Amino acid sequence: MIRDPEHEAMPRSELEKLQLERLKAKVREVYEKVPFYRRTFKEKGVTPDDIQTLADLTKLPFTSKLDFRDNYPYGLMAVPLEQVVRIHSSSGTTGKPVIAPYTQRDIDTWSEIMARTLATCGATKDDVIQNAYGYGLFTGGLGFHYGAERLGALVIPTSSGNTKRQILLLQDLGTTVITCTPSYALILHETATEMGVDLRDTKLRLGIFGAEPWSEQMRRDIEERLGILAMNIYGLTEVIGPGVSVECPYKCGMHIAEDHFLVEIIDPETGEQLPYGEEGELVITTLTKEAQPVIRFRTRDITSLNPEPCQCGRTTARMSRVTGRTDDMLVVRGVNVFPSQIESVLLDVEGVEPHYLIVVDRQHAFKSDELEIWVEVSEELFSDEMQKMEDLERRLQSEMDSVLGISARIKLVEPKTIARTEGKAKRVVDRSEL
Amino acid sequence: MRVKQVSVFVENECGRLEAILEALQGESINIRALSVSETAEFGIVRMILDNPEKGLQALRQAGFTTRIDWMLSAQIPDVPGGLLNTVARPLAKAGINIKYFYAYIGQGGGNEATVVLKPDDLEKAEEVLAAR
Repeated sequence: MIRDPEHEAMPRSELEKLQLERLKAKVREVYEKVPFYRRTFKEKGVTPDDIQTLADLTKLPFTSKLDFRDNYPYGLMAVPLEQVVRIHSSSGTTGKPVIAPYTQRDIDTWSEIMARTLATCGATKDDVIQNAYGYGLFTGGLGFHYGAERLGALVIPTSSGNTKRQILLLQDLGTTVITCTPSYALILHETATEMGVDLRDTKLRLGIFGAEPWSEQMRRDIEERLGILAMNIYGLTEVIGPGVSVECPYKCGMHIAEDHFLVEIIDPETGEQLPYGEEGELVITTLTKEAQPVIRFRTRDITSLNPEPCQCGRTTARMSRVTGRTDDMLVVRGVNVFPSQIESVLLDVEGVEPHYLIVVDRQHAFKSDELEIWVEVSEELFSDEMQKMEDLERRLQSEMDSVLGISARIKLVEPKTIARTEGKAKRVVDRSEL
Repeated sequence: MRVKQVSVFVENECGRLEAILEALQGESINIRALSVSETAEFGIVRMILDNPEKGLQALRQAGFTTRIDWMLSAQIPDVPGGLLNTVARPLAKAGINIKYFYAYIGQGGGNEATVVLKPDDLEKAEEVLAAR
C-alpha cells in the first residue's frame, strides 16, 4: 500500500521541482549556520547562489566520514543544542563515534518515513511487529519503533538478543512481522528449530531486514525457513538511520525516499557523477534534516540507481542491493567495524605490534555471529605465567568490546601464523580461506 | 639453586609439540624437565634444557615466541612428606607464594627428586631454601 501517494507517486518532474526547492534552501542554511560547510564551499569556490538546477549539485563539495570525526561531536550541527531532542551514534573509523543529533521535527520526519517504509513492505496498522533491532544508540531499534507506532501497528520492542524469549513471544503474542538483521533472522530459525518450533506454523508473514550486507541466496533461505516474505531496507546513521530506501513487494530494488534524500552515483576514484544504471558509490544529500543536514555524503556503498516507474505505482528511483564497499568497513551483527579501530586497541595495549587478523564467516554468517580477532604473541607480550597470558587476553577482549561496541573473540596465535603480504596487509579473511 | 627455564608460546593444536621437539633435537639439545600449562586455545611449554641459550636460539629460529627466566630448583627426598617439609612449608611460613612448579626424578633415579619452581620473590625463596 502507498501511504503517501502525494510524495511516493509524484510525477518525476514535480518531484525534481520539490527536490530543487528543498536543496536550495538547505544549501543556504548550512552555508549560513555550519562553519564547516562555509569553509568547504569556499574551498570549492561555490556559494548557495550557484545552485540553480539539480545538476548544479556536482558543484558542491563532498562530505565524508572523516569530516564527522574531525568535527566531533557537534561541529556539523545546524541548530543550537537546545533544539536537539535525541542523539544516536555508530562507529567511526577510529576512536570517535559518529554522532547523529535529531530535532523534534527530525524525529517526526523520520517516524513518518519509517511508517511509509513499513507500509511499502506490506505492513499495516493491523500487524504485530516484533522489533528485534537493538534499542539504544543504534538507529535500528528506535527508528523502527517510532515508525511502527506511527503506522498504528502493535510494536513488541524485544530489542536484539535473548533468542528463546523472542521465539516464545513471537508465538504467544501472534507476531506477524519481524524486524531485525538478516543474520539474526537465521539465528531465530536455528533456535526455533532447537526448541521444536517451526516458524512456518506461526502467524509470522513478513520480515524487514537490513543494517548489514546480505545476498539473494540468503533471502531465499530466510523466506523458505521462516515461511515469510523477506524485504531489504537500507539506511545509515550519518544520513538518518533506517528509512533511506526499502523494497516494495515487487522486490526490484529499494525505493528511495527522494523527497527527503537526494541521491547520486559517483565514480569512487574520480568523484565524477555517473548516469542512471551505472554502478558506483552512492552519495546522499539530505533535503529535510534539521539538526545535522549533510551535503553530498559519500556512503562508500556500491550500488546503482533506476528511475523507471515501478509496478507498485511509486515513481521514486530504486537502488539495487548494495554489492560492496569502497573502504574496508565490516558490518557485524548490524554494527560497523573498521580494521583501524582494532589496530588502535592493539597499539594501546603495550607491546602489541599490530600483527592481527580479523576472521569473519561470510558463508555461515548466521552460524558464527562472532567476530574473531587473531593476535600474534610477540616476545614482549609473552609470559611464562599463565595468569599473565590470560590477563592479556582479557584486557584485549574488554578493550576491544568497549571500542567496537560488539563482542569480539580474541585468539592469541603464534607468530607468522598470519601471512605477511607485500604492501597493504590483508587484515580481513573469510574462514573459508584459512 | 637457580636454573634457567626456557618457555614457549604454542597454539593448542596437533603437531605443535612435535615442532618444538624437532627444533631442539636438530641442535642436539636435551630436555631435563618439561611441563605444559594449557587453555583450550594455547599453551605454555616450560622446559629445563641442558643448554638453555642454545635451545632458545633453536626455538626462535623455528619461529616460536620464547623466553628465558630464572627459576629455583631444589632437591627433595623421594619420601612421603618430602616436598612438604623441604619446600612447601618453609616457603609458606616465609610468606612466599609459588606461582607454578613441576617436579622430576633426577638422573640415576636415586632417592631424590628435583622440583623446579617459580616463587613470587626469587631472592627470598632462594635464601629460605638455602638456609635448610
